[in-house]
Amino acid sequence: MSWHVATVVGTRSVTPTARALTLAVPGFAAALPGQHVDLRLTAPDGYQATRAYSLSDTGQDERVDVVVDEVPDGEVSPYLTRVARPGDQLEVRGPLGGYFVWHEDDPAPVLLVAGGSGVVPFLAMLRARRAAGRRTPFRLVCSVRTPDDAIERAEVDSPDPGLDVHWVFTRAAPPGWPAPPRRLTTDDLVTPGFGPDDGTAVFVCGPTGFVEAATGLLTGLGHPPGRVRTERFGGA
Amino acid sequence: MAVVTRGFGGRRPEPEHQIPPGQFVVQDFPVLSAGPTPNVDESRWELTVRTETGEGTTWTWDQLMELPAEDVVTDIHCVTHWTKLGMTWRGVPVDALLADVETSADFVMARSYGGYTTNLPLQDLLDGQAWVAFEVEGEPLEPVHGGPARLLVPHLYFWKSAKWLRGLDLMTSEDLGFWEQNGYHAYGDPWLEQRYA
Repeated sequence: MSWHVATVVGTRSVTPTARALTLAVPGFAAALPGQHVDLRLTAPDGYQATRAYSLSDTGQDERVDVVVDEVPDGEVSPYLTRVARPGDQLEVRGPLGGYFVWHEDDPAPVLLVAGGSGVVPFLAMLRARRAAGRRTPFRLVCSVRTPDDAIERAEVDSPDPGLDVHWVFTRAAPPGWPAPPRRLTTDDLVTPGFGPDDGTAVFVCGPTGFVEAATGLLTGLGHPPGRVRTERFGGA
Repeated sequence: MAVVTRGFGGRRPEPEHQIPPGQFVVQDFPVLSAGPTPNVDESRWELTVRTETGEGTTWTWDQLMELPAEDVVTDIHCVTHWTKLGMTWRGVPVDALLADVETSADFVMARSYGGYTTNLPLQDLLDGQAWVAFEVEGEPLEPVHGGPARLLVPHLYFWKSAKWLRGLDLMTSEDLGFWEQNGYHAYGDPWLEQRYA
């Protein structure tokens, strides 16, 4: 699999720490929602750094959309969230990964569970579902610290037939929110039509601690481990 | 040469310690797994080596603990680009498990609790290159990192070091494991950057 030259064509802040980037990438074939890419940056002396990022949109040849959340003291993410601007060049390899993927012709109900920037591959799934005009039952559960940390909340909350979105705020909730800030619980994951007996396909993405907690709740509810696909970031 | 990324300086890896191309050094211990973490109690843990004729040899946890273990200090390289330097592991060399096994197989499928699989050439598990590891940095291996015991094959990308190990199936031909069927390289040498198929 080869590297493609990519040119930044758009940037947009989506939270105080996260930025959406759009890259024009001649030769890049359309990806499936849930897949990721490697991005490679090269310094003037030839030093290179490579990181993997989930795609936030898919389906278009020669275009790569990512949302990058800054890792404090990171090497690559602060460049992408603060420095990169239209016209800058880097390299892309992908699309990568054949397992953490939603296929739009799969009729099974889909339960998506995101912690923080773990929502990014799910944005690709929601956008693919909408673009294909599918009504596949989707439930998205998003856990974020504060309303400011919610990535693309307006888009995620916009009405979409068959899509049910549920937010969990762990540190600070919006004014008037019906629940106090709290961590994800079993109640957040129980919804008619998205249980283990409904053949639900479950995807969980987020920091390691969040994914461990969420998958523990899900398997406790009876979701077969083989139907729970995970993508983790960070250590434990 | 590759395009230059304007405004990118980067941080240099520590000199004198070579790491494979495309890797960067981490201080924490990242976790990557395709599904939920299985919790396998040592009291019901078993490891079975099965030959190509179907003959199996099984070790319980207590039986594994009776085999001579080794301390292994090694760098770990993950296909997702992180490298962790100088980790200290403890485990039983796979040589000890295969010593009395009659086989003419050239390949192995490692199987995990939870259903994960990964394929390796048999010769990569022999001659002190691979272990069934149950401690890291002096502590029992946590479930999230593959405890109670995982395969440790540090000269290949870390997806080959199957977590929650329950079996080694000897094969006369090369079948592909879980990630190898999902876009990753059949062998996975980090120094040759064999990441993807």
